[in-house]
Amino acid sequence: MQIIEKTVKKSLAFAAVLGLSTFSAFASDIRVGMVLEPPHLDPTAGAAAAIDEVVYANVFEGLTRIDQNGAVQPSLATSWTISNDGTTYTFNLKQGVSFHDGTSFDADDVLFTFERARAEDSTNAQKGIFAPITSVTAIDPATVEIKIAQPQGDFLFNIGRGDAVIVAPESAEKNQSNPVGTGPFKFVRWDQGSRVILEKNADYTGTPAHMNKATFVFISDPNAAQNAMLAGDVDGFANFPAPESLAIFEADPRYQVVRGSTEGETILSTNNAKAPFDDVRVRKAIAHALDRQAIIDGAMFGYGTPIGTHFAPHHPYYEDLLGTHPRDIEGAKALLAEAGYPEGFKATFKLPPPTYARRGGQIIAAQLREIGIELELINVEWGQWLEDVFKTKNYDLSIVSHVEPFDIGIYANPGYYFQYDNVVFQAIIEKLNVTADEAKREQLARAAQRILAEDAVNGYLFQLAKTGVWNANLEGMWPNSPVEGNDLTAVRWTN
Amino acid sequence: MIGFAAKRIFGVAVTLLVAAAIIFFLLDILPGDPARFMLGINATDDAVAALRTELGLDQSAFNRFFIWLFGLFQGDLGISFSQRMPVTQLMAERLQVSLPLALGALTLSTLIGLPIGIIAAQNRGKLGDTLAMILAQVGIAIPNFWFAMLLVLAFAVTWRIFPPGGFVPWSDDPLLAARSLVLPIIALALPQAAILARVMRTSLVDVMQADFIRTARAKGLTQSQAIWRHGVRNALLPVLTIMGLQFAFLIAGTIIVENVFYLPGLGRLIFSAISARDLIVVRSAILVLVAMVILVMFIVDLAYAFVDPRIRAGGGRSDG
Repeated sequence: MQIIEKTVKKSLAFAAVLGLSTFSAFASDIRVGMVLEPPHLDPTAGAAAAIDEVVYANVFEGLTRIDQNGAVQPSLATSWTISNDGTTYTFNLKQGVSFHDGTSFDADDVLFTFERARAEDSTNAQKGIFAPITSVTAIDPATVEIKIAQPQGDFLFNIGRGDAVIVAPESAEKNQSNPVGTGPFKFVRWDQGSRVILEKNADYTGTPAHMNKATFVFISDPNAAQNAMLAGDVDGFANFPAPESLAIFEADPRYQVVRGSTEGETILSTNNAKAPFDDVRVRKAIAHALDRQAIIDGAMFGYGTPIGTHFAPHHPYYEDLLGTHPRDIEGAKALLAEAGYPEGFKATFKLPPPTYARRGGQIIAAQLREIGIELELINVEWGQWLEDVFKTKNYDLSIVSHVEPFDIGIYANPGYYFQYDNVVFQAIIEKLNVTADEAKREQLARAAQRILAEDAVNGYLFQLAKTGVWNANLEGMWPNSPVEGNDLTAVRWTN
Repeated sequence: MIGFAAKRIFGVAVTLLVAAAIIFFLLDILPGDPARFMLGINATDDAVAALRTELGLDQSAFNRFFIWLFGLFQGDLGISFSQRMPVTQLMAERLQVSLPLALGALTLSTLIGLPIGIIAAQNRGKLGDTLAMILAQVGIAIPNFWFAMLLVLAFAVTWRIFPPGGFVPWSDDPLLAARSLVLPIIALALPQAAILARVMRTSLVDVMQADFIRTARAKGLTQSQAIWRHGVRNALLPVLTIMGLQFAFLIAGTIIVENVFYLPGLGRLIFSAISARDLIVVRSAILVLVAMVILVMFIVDLAYAFVDPRIRAGGGRSDG
């Protein structure tokens, strides 16, 4: 053992003498590993989470921002008032702010941003956020009034998301390759396929960032990610790609593993319009056959929280419905027999690339075999998944993590790929959308959750965990991701 | 020689055109909409439709094919759907990595493979030969990505002599850029060297039994004089073919090793473009690769003709 240590020390000394040391943790410099590289850097023109994970809250800011607990905070709007009928929002804008290219920020930029996102030819991935808006008016350079058709409870949250960040008319068209925002970090350079470099915005008017430089390094291979951490080539991963390696980092004092949650409800997506899944008894039988903990343990090495409905467990409106369909193989078989499938049946199971789907799929197939359902596992790429499952709905079962926050409303759209059509549910969501009163919203959200669990629309599996691995000397990273993003403003070295 | 080259160049042009058509229409039937991929499952249909129009995807396949072809003739490879950057620029950035990587690995594998092959042939049946061939067998058997992982563990994680991966542009820090490529080059070169050693040995052993070697020996040359003056040059033909193929592989087929070292090479560009259905990048990049492979093969053919005058003569005959 001593010999090994000596050898290592010698080699380190050797490396240091030659100036070859690769790990240099400057106290004002951070390198964050990411699995996926963003396709471009404009959060208002793409759905890829990786875009927000680089630029949200770092380069770009919205009128409001979402903090690490999911609460709405002031950002470019320092304060706001809402009219009594809940349809007129008046925002007071922060003054003296300029974009990274030097142009100044005022009400006209807000106007431009919202008109651009609402326009007919808009390619905003969350155009729905802007759909309720009827008018945007600049009262004066520091005040903006936004009118919406009906009162809406989550409007302030929605405009705090990456898709609604404020962009300038001078730079908007080039944001994809050269993002220009108002945030605490400025874009420096993007080495395609490799990394994005940001530097501190010296002219930032809010609380400045601690880091002078932040580099996002793109490492798609889990093994490579592990080596990069161990070799000190990156200082952390906001969401480490390989749950099986987390034990190594937990055991090593040089690292900290931060367990948090995401907005990703991982579900066994079910084609409700296709026989035999159009029969609620069949769906209930499947729900009775699922062993969530076994799936979490087997596919995610224990990282993940079981869910009984399509709702995030950390949300205050969450209703614990895990007991709706307890694991009950005999009961499941009886339900199948009642539905006319005493011998079970065969179905296809289309699995997209993420680990949760490929590994989880095998475990679910084994569990459903116990009640006589034989699944044919078909691995698909995302492109094919979008075509077969999402667009043409040519599927029986699939597994997907739905990562949008508060997205229970997707069940109110019968054209959505689950093809769930329930007028009672649709009425509840319609009411929820126009209700601003917190207590009433909670009541409605809980009712909606209960319907989904009772109808076993999809198999509800688990909430995707966020497992960060960080250098032990770093602090200020978000443990959870209530919105897609890696806000680095508060991140700093403690040594 | 010139007639031979001209005939080959015409063949190259036809091959490229056919390749372009195949690449375009084969990829067009691939399921998956790039616009939907980019905007995600919560995007409204009209936003997706707007993006399709913006990308020109609402036009017919034939229109798009001719627009693409027309651009190619002007040296324009198109604009990436998802990255919105010229494909030429994307590829140029990736070639910063892939070209030195391929050339480095090819050079290293030649420097290791050929001498070992020659030594083995010289010592045919003796201990040196057996040892060299066992080594070569091991080299071929070891998958390069696994070998790459071992290299990272030893030289990057434990000793920290080389970076575990990544790449900084040459203009930033040429020394670090070069160091980033050392381990990948070794990982790629060793299996190739093993193949070269075996091909070189077999080819040289064959040549050594040819009549002209016996003549050379009869003139009074020693075995090694005969090998170096007459044997090696003649034994190089099959080796050149293999090297041409290896170069083609090393330019774009190194995606697994690129992944291990998270290098921004061409292989990963194409791979991610395929999964994002960024078809314009896939098409243009593959066509450029096809062109490169054809070019390399063309050079190998010329090198053949240079090494072996009989091939040149054969080309001339069929011209007349």
